[in-house]
Amino acid sequence: MAIGKSSGRLDWLTIFLFLALVSIGWVNIYSASLSDSTEGFFDMGQIYTKQLLFIILSVLLIVFILAIEAKFYERFSSIIYIVSLLSLLGLFVFGKTISGATSWYAFGSFSLQPSEFAKAATALALAKFVSDIQTNLKEFKYQLGAFLIILIPAIIIVPQPDPGSALIYAAFIFPLYREGLHFAYLLLGFFAAALFVSTLAFGIVWVALGVILIAGIFFFRNRKKRPSLFKYIVIVSACIGFAFSVNYIFNNLFEQRHRDRFNIVLGKEIDAKGIGYNTNQSEIAIGSGGWTGKGWTQGTQTKGNFVPEQHTDYIFSTVGEEWGFVGSFIVIALFVGLVVRLVIMAERQKNQFSRVYGYSVASIIFLHFFVNVGMVTGLFPTVGIPLPFFSYGGSGLWGFTILLFIFVRLDAANSYYSRS
Amino acid sequence: MRKVLLLGIVLITGVVFAGRLFYLQILDTSFQKLSQNNAVKVLYDYPQRGYLFDRNGKLLVSNQPSYDVMVIPREVKPLDTMEFCNLLKISKGRFDTLMQKAKIYSPRLPSPILPQLTKAEYAYLSEKMYKYEGFYIQKRSLRDYQVNHSANVLGYIAEASPRIIEENPYYQMGELIGMQGVEKQYEEALRGVKGVKYIQKDRFNRDIGPYKDGIFDTLPKRGKDLTLTIDAILQKYGEELMVNKRGGIVALEPATGEILALITAPNYDPALLVGRDRSRNFTELYYDSIAKPLFDRGLQGEYPPGSPFKTLTGLIGLQEEIIDTRESVSCYGGYVYGRGQKLGCHRHPSPLAMIGGIANSCNAYFCTVYRRVIEKYPTPQEGIDNWHRHLKSFGLGDYLGYDLPVGKKGLIPTSEFYNRWYEYPKYKWYATATISNAIGQGEVLMTPMQMANFTAAIANRGYYYKPHIIKKIEEENSIPDEYTKKNITTVHPKYFEPVVEGMHDVYRYGTASMLQVPDIEICGKTGTAENYIRVEGKRMQLTDHSIFVAFAPKDDPKIAIAVFVENGYWGSRWAGRIASLMIEKYIKGEITRTDMEEYVLNGSLQDEYAKPYSGEPFKINR
Repeated sequence: MAIGKSSGRLDWLTIFLFLALVSIGWVNIYSASLSDSTEGFFDMGQIYTKQLLFIILSVLLIVFILAIEAKFYERFSSIIYIVSLLSLLGLFVFGKTISGATSWYAFGSFSLQPSEFAKAATALALAKFVSDIQTNLKEFKYQLGAFLIILIPAIIIVPQPDPGSALIYAAFIFPLYREGLHFAYLLLGFFAAALFVSTLAFGIVWVALGVILIAGIFFFRNRKKRPSLFKYIVIVSACIGFAFSVNYIFNNLFEQRHRDRFNIVLGKEIDAKGIGYNTNQSEIAIGSGGWTGKGWTQGTQTKGNFVPEQHTDYIFSTVGEEWGFVGSFIVIALFVGLVVRLVIMAERQKNQFSRVYGYSVASIIFLHFFVNVGMVTGLFPTVGIPLPFFSYGGSGLWGFTILLFIFVRLDAANSYYSRS
Repeated sequence: MRKVLLLGIVLITGVVFAGRLFYLQILDTSFQKLSQNNAVKVLYDYPQRGYLFDRNGKLLVSNQPSYDVMVIPREVKPLDTMEFCNLLKISKGRFDTLMQKAKIYSPRLPSPILPQLTKAEYAYLSEKMYKYEGFYIQKRSLRDYQVNHSANVLGYIAEASPRIIEENPYYQMGELIGMQGVEKQYEEALRGVKGVKYIQKDRFNRDIGPYKDGIFDTLPKRGKDLTLTIDAILQKYGEELMVNKRGGIVALEPATGEILALITAPNYDPALLVGRDRSRNFTELYYDSIAKPLFDRGLQGEYPPGSPFKTLTGLIGLQEEIIDTRESVSCYGGYVYGRGQKLGCHRHPSPLAMIGGIANSCNAYFCTVYRRVIEKYPTPQEGIDNWHRHLKSFGLGDYLGYDLPVGKKGLIPTSEFYNRWYEYPKYKWYATATISNAIGQGEVLMTPMQMANFTAAIANRGYYYKPHIIKKIEEENSIPDEYTKKNITTVHPKYFEPVVEGMHDVYRYGTASMLQVPDIEICGKTGTAENYIRVEGKRMQLTDHSIFVAFAPKDDPKIAIAVFVENGYWGSRWAGRIASLMIEKYIKGEITRTDMEEYVLNGSLQDEYAKPYSGEPFKINR
């Protein structure tokens, strides 16, 4: 194999964290999907058996990724990006619909979700663009270019519809900021994302009231500096206008199937009682764990299937119920450790392409973790996205594996160069 | 900044998530319970409540099956409400109210919709219940009363109120709990322990088998049978004697402190508080604010004890050695104290010593003794407190500590009481200011139970056992230790004989000479107490209360009794007669003086009780 030539030391800490998360994830998927049926362990109908197969395949994938020359990823990033966009567009023709979203290609009994792979492709393309010798993120045309690279896949993904996956593209604001983008974009980006989600989750009226209230508080606190009332009115109108347009697009341009899918992602579908059913159930499951939990496969909420989507988006509630505070704290620590490790690794890259890519990887994994655990613990509104390496699903697992191990490969090459 | 922003956000997120988990999993324990409610269905198996027997083994209370229609609100499917209401024989409005209540209590836990069906109603309903999902019939056991008396002693059971459920997590909506009397006092022994089955459910509320293979499931434990100290025959007889009168009778066995009879009048049939008419009957009893059938006069009525108190005054006088049995005191139609103030007395031979003083109930004699008791000490404060100490040793002025859930302290004033009353030291007070205490009027108050208890202490010549209603729990002879412990009075046994002699003379030639019972040596003391009432803000004096305490036989007493008849006039008129009939009934088992029995059974004081509410002027004590 070609590993020997341009590869230096692999970052074993990252690999260890990856393996730890994947194995703990599988143990919990096993518990969450355990049923009383008599099907055997090796029956392919079992969710945990399938996930085990996905994990084994992902190991093969890793070997493959590490075997490829590091320069390949930089050189072919544009092509990978374009292929990825085509695969997303192809969904509109060949896509298979699963729980309301036309996000899948079906191959026999297996389905692939190209949006999971598009994140890595976008990260490569963005790294390539930003690391170009001419690119200067202080200039508007380069800013526009970077935003287009990020937004094109997101915009294709939204009407599939898969708003959760699209939301994740906001993570790319971090590497851009790291490479010199103005701080205001960061704020604007997050503010827009917050407005977007809250408009869909809480409705236009509450968002408008909230914006006016916040603006009022700022105006009142700064009143000694004689703030311009006009400016405030413009900003508030812009925010409400944005919320209105989100609302308008949702209610008028979208078809019912889009709305249904949004409602699934925002948890409004199962929550017929309108009291945050899934979040409520998930909080109950986690809360009932106590210090050390009820023990593996002993969770009553987990067993009773009270938490919807528990083996996918809500897998963390199983950790909380069965392993308690100790177990969930360890998982949180592993994720924080992984992201921190990735940022440190990105910072030590000599070459800008690797650094931007590493930052993108860290940001994407972090945003997934942030939104998912925030939702499952009831801190944020429901946005259905998976917990990296943890949630059930082949595409998701492979997407994250590719994302992560391309960076491990780049890092290894970097250390090789730095040593030689 | 550019290099550390993401790191900072990641670390803060980690801390926030850890904090959130700590809150959910450690600090907020409500989820731990909620989880149980949510995923695990709890089924209960209610055991039989323990039976109640009287001291002779006669069954007083057993059980009958009863059926409650229960609902689990979240399992209810849309139904034909009109048809269902017709089936249950309740109105649509009532049904909606009950459903609302059940939902508020808990959507997941069962609440009663229609409690206490009879067997016939159950048979009819049970065939049709399958049509109504979320509703089912829960079997419970209700009380089946074998006697129509003793309601105040037995108490009753009722559905646990939301407040009880909140305080005591054992109980749930629709479950029964003892609310009064023995049922309340011995609730835990009587109820047993309900059996529990935990069923794991999925989110469609389907049972998916026993929770953790049933390791937490328990079998019900039957309630324990209790034997009470009550003598059912005596209790029933006492209630009959008190018909159309108001008051209380307490009979104790001096040698043990066992309560032989505890009667309050008016009373009610305990069976009234069982079954579907329970709440209507209860409301009726509860709102009778004049006759107060739910008020246990024997335990809760605080009355001036009147002349029976003189026995205590005499005992304290002898113990304090300020008088002996030989010294006589002259009576000039009363006791003169201060400047021309006089506490009157009735006609009787004079002068009298201790025995004659008790037999003739001479006010002058006991005022003299009382004053000397108080004035033995340098200040009246010390005198009163010493007097209080003696009375306290007879179980007066405080809760007696018997095993029934209601009671009153009565009142034996202390120096503090009078200091406050007279605003000491601004104004001084002396023994004479409290002189009415000598004869059981003044500030002294007692419940009939306390009167019976001090009579038992006299019968025992100097000690008593705390009165109690429990004789046996199941087959063990173990009753709480506090009821087998002797309480010794501050008065030496040798001083009791003259007082007992005096009480015996009450029967031989004194105020109760007409009440003698052939072949039984009874010792007693009559009492007559003035009393007042307020009706629509107007204070008026009513006919005196008729009071009597007695024990018999004089040597080796078997029964000590206190009888209190509201507005019965002089002591021997009603209370004395009732006491002597009760004693005869208990000791002989039959009544020889049938004329007197007839007179008491048919006697009524209802006219007397109607007087203050008639709105017309009326005369008393006639």
